[in-house]
Amino acid sequence: MTVALPVRGARARGATRRAAGARRLSTKARIGALICALFVVAAIVGPMVAPYDPSAQSFAPVDILHAPSMAHLLGTTARGEDVLSQVLVGLRATLVLGLLTGLIATVLAVVVGISAGFLGGFWDELLSLLSNVFLVLPALPLLVVLIGYLPQRGQTSTILVLSLLGWPWGARVIRAQTLTLRGRDFVAASRETGERTWRVIFFEILPNEVSLIAASFVSTVLYAIGTSVALAFIGLTNFSQWSLGLILYWAQNGNALQLNAWWWFAPAGLCVALLGTGLVLLNFGIDEIGNPRLREAAGRVRIEGRAWRPADPTPVVRSGSTRSPAARPEAR
Amino acid sequence: MPVEPVLEISELSVAYRGAAGDVRAVERVSLSLRPGEVVGLAGESGSGKSTLAYGACRLLRPPAVITGGSVTYRGRRLAGRSVEVLERTPPELRELRWREIAIVFQSAMNALNPVLRVRDQLLDVVEAHLSLTKLDARERVASLLDLVAIPRDRLRSYPHELSGGMRQRVMIAMALAVDPEVVIMDEPTTALDVVVQREILGQIVELKQRLGFAVLFITHDLSLLLELADRIAVMYAGQLVEVASAHAVHHGPAHPYTKGLLNSFPSLRGPRRELAGIPGSPPDLRSLPAGCPFVPRCGFATDECTKVDMVLRAVPGARDPGHVSACPFVAPGAQAPDGKGTVSEVAS
Amino acid sequence: MSRISKGERAPEEARALHAVVESTAARRGPLAMRAGGLCKDFAIGRGRGRTVLSAVRDVSLDLHRRAVVALVGESGSGKSTVAKLLAGQEQPSGGSIELEGAPVEVSGRRAFRAYKSRVQMVFQDPFSSLNPVHTVRYHLERPVRLHRTLGEGVGVEDVVVGLAEQVRLTPAQQFLAKYPHELSGGQRQRVAIARALAAEPSVLLADEPVSMLDVSIRLEILGLISELRDRYDLAVLYITHDIASARYFADEALVMYAGEIVERGPAEAVTQQPAHPYTQLLVSSAPDPDALGSVLRSGTREATRASGSALSTTRGCRFSPRCPFVQDRCRVEAPPLVAIARDRAAACWRLDTTAPDLVSARGGGGVEDMTE
Repeated sequence: MTVALPVRGARARGATRRAAGARRLSTKARIGALICALFVVAAIVGPMVAPYDPSAQSFAPVDILHAPSMAHLLGTTARGEDVLSQVLVGLRATLVLGLLTGLIATVLAVVVGISAGFLGGFWDELLSLLSNVFLVLPALPLLVVLIGYLPQRGQTSTILVLSLLGWPWGARVIRAQTLTLRGRDFVAASRETGERTWRVIFFEILPNEVSLIAASFVSTVLYAIGTSVALAFIGLTNFSQWSLGLILYWAQNGNALQLNAWWWFAPAGLCVALLGTGLVLLNFGIDEIGNPRLREAAGRVRIEGRAWRPADPTPVVRSGSTRSPAARPEAR
Repeated sequence: MPVEPVLEISELSVAYRGAAGDVRAVERVSLSLRPGEVVGLAGESGSGKSTLAYGACRLLRPPAVITGGSVTYRGRRLAGRSVEVLERTPPELRELRWREIAIVFQSAMNALNPVLRVRDQLLDVVEAHLSLTKLDARERVASLLDLVAIPRDRLRSYPHELSGGMRQRVMIAMALAVDPEVVIMDEPTTALDVVVQREILGQIVELKQRLGFAVLFITHDLSLLLELADRIAVMYAGQLVEVASAHAVHHGPAHPYTKGLLNSFPSLRGPRRELAGIPGSPPDLRSLPAGCPFVPRCGFATDECTKVDMVLRAVPGARDPGHVSACPFVAPGAQAPDGKGTVSEVAS
Repeated sequence: MSRISKGERAPEEARALHAVVESTAARRGPLAMRAGGLCKDFAIGRGRGRTVLSAVRDVSLDLHRRAVVALVGESGSGKSTVAKLLAGQEQPSGGSIELEGAPVEVSGRRAFRAYKSRVQMVFQDPFSSLNPVHTVRYHLERPVRLHRTLGEGVGVEDVVVGLAEQVRLTPAQQFLAKYPHELSGGQRQRVAIARALAAEPSVLLADEPVSMLDVSIRLEILGLISELRDRYDLAVLYITHDIASARYFADEALVMYAGEIVERGPAEAVTQQPAHPYTQLLVSSAPDPDALGSVLRSGTREATRASGSALSTTRGCRFSPRCPFVQDRCRVEAPPLVAIARDRAAACWRLDTTAPDLVSARGGGGVEDMTE
């Protein structure tokens, strides 16, 4: 067991929220941020640089199920469509769906979570009941049923349904954080100053929860992308709009695996996997900004070239200790 | 007849290693603890007193590193041998910790495990260090609570069910669980009321007399030490500035910082004197001035002070032969010229 | 647990007791706030096991301008609850509060805001009373915007800079841009004081303002509060568990135990010649450097093994379980606050034993009950 004592002058900078958070991200978080950024760029420019129309079919034998070649960088499907174009166009739809769902669900989670935590009493009971009910509903079967029976299968309905089922987890977490913050002195002090309730919520409590909300947003995006791909894979999607899930649906439908046409499903699948990984890594980074202690635990501390674990005793390093006090430099 | 000290810290230096270089939290501190003695370590927050104590036990986490010195332990169980704490391997340190040197931490609510009952936490300690039968271990745990005057029915309580004073007493019981020679107490009564504090301190003294351990008592409240300690060491900005018997510190402090500290306590007895305190605030360890770090707040400061080498020297004319001070210019009993310190622009 | 009845004494009687002694603080300035017979009960538990906890019972005090009144007690004595009642954060279950002669009404939002511009509180913990995401400037600007009407040509920034200079956080511009974690405990407490002053209150409630600061910094902060009190004619309530600081800092001291006032009088007199056994316990427990090697080393004099809730006795004196002078009457009947001098009062049946010098010096008159 070891202790970390605060020392004036050596105090961990982690408490600074405003200090450029990006500078403080660990390596894995930077990788995550980079991946996500790349995908966002790809989603924006994708449809513009796609070489072919993703739905352009061709039944000439030379174009069907062709492995990657100079003409088709990622090969073609069983109907002669260009896989690369499909991926580039589909990426945008998937990402937009993910981000919009994330946004709506996070807003819902924040509103419900903070209200429940801050107001307490009857409202807390009611809102917690609501979140618990939604949390307990089996999501995937419910989604299947809902989307299966909705007259419209477009993006909008998917986004709405996913949002409605995606907010409870974040709401619970935010409520817990709000409960903790509500008891803190600075909230009582702001009341003492005469601040109105809405100002206390938005300007005193909410800023302290930013990293939690950001992390909640990122997880929700992840959930939305994964679930929408899963739904598309089983055919519950809008067939008129290309998305990564739709590519996988057609690939499975066209027996791509059995036909060894790896170029058909691998790119889309890899995109989903990579994007998911990027989001998770980014989430680690956000957690670390919000909770400085994770940063210490995350990084492996190296002293004199040897890695140090938390259960080790304080290292003894004798270099540079023999200077006499009189020769001590004045300031660093 | 001089007795060998049970714990001898010699020229210990601890630094916090950062990207911008080392921050010297403890600079060449030497302190010794004799068997059965109570040594008080006094200083403000950030003076390095806790760093010194935890560093000597090698309990600090990186970026803290020990950059120099030695810590020698000579307990009765070692029968004449001595142990260099800084050179021990982790298994050897495990033998040393708790069995020989125990620590009572500052905040019991943070140091006790909130999901374990008191009995289980004490059993943990006993079983980790002694090989006793289950029955013996339980009996020992129960007798530990007797030792600190907590009713045995509290064995089944959780920490949050106990009052602050009781929790601290459980911490003390834990520290004494396997009969250590040295007990380090880090601000054990800071969060407690005066009445409870007095009870706890009385308990500590009684236990010390009964069991014979030595105590290193760390606190920022010098008035406690004046009553409790045999010797007092005062730290400032990571360095020792004065070491003397409690009586000497009370009646004839030599270092201006100690004088200032003594002048910061409103006392209940005696006439109502004018209290000045110490203006300014403790320095930033990253940018210490040359010479004595106390200069910006010292009422006696002169230009000579920037060349002082901060070595502890015997105070001339002191009754206590062990009375040393880092200030070669000021004698015990001297008053500051204008009654106030030269204050830097920074408020405290 | 049994039910504790609310307000054992009738309100009129309470106010009469209130006037039993002269207030030392009255000499300093006009009356700013008067609290009479304050009570606060909390309901604990639900359903079957529901009980009432009387956190504050029949507390009366006067706050005068330019005077410091100390409220001394250990944790659990109800002193913080009194502060919250006076600050308007909690509604009293009984009793009254008057601010400059008029009864206090804080039920509406507007009324609360108006009250806040006259009564402000400084919190105990400098490490959690400032919001870590806001700068010092923000913390000071808010109350200025909410409570002050600025004159011509005077901007919010000017006022904020002025406040920082009042609490000696200079250079002001440098401090205003900092975040709380960049400041030391003492500096943070200065910000908290400046924030309270921003509203230009007439009453300042300081809830243990220096308990969490280093001993060497406490004097400076208390000195700052004294200075500001004189400069702005503030009425200060100083809540503390450190009776020694009350001696130095306050004009009048009120000692609280288990929700009730057990002794009141001039701070110097109460700390030098405590009459109530609890006050005597507090005074003897404080560290005494001059008593080197006496009480501590030889063991405590009084029987002070205290544990359990002090609020569990329903009738009788609440201190009786711990009192070295306890007799049968004490356990059955709660003693009222009786005058033992023109400006001192204590609530004990055995004052002739606990404080024989004071009682004999008084020479009769104005006392309701004495012991056998």
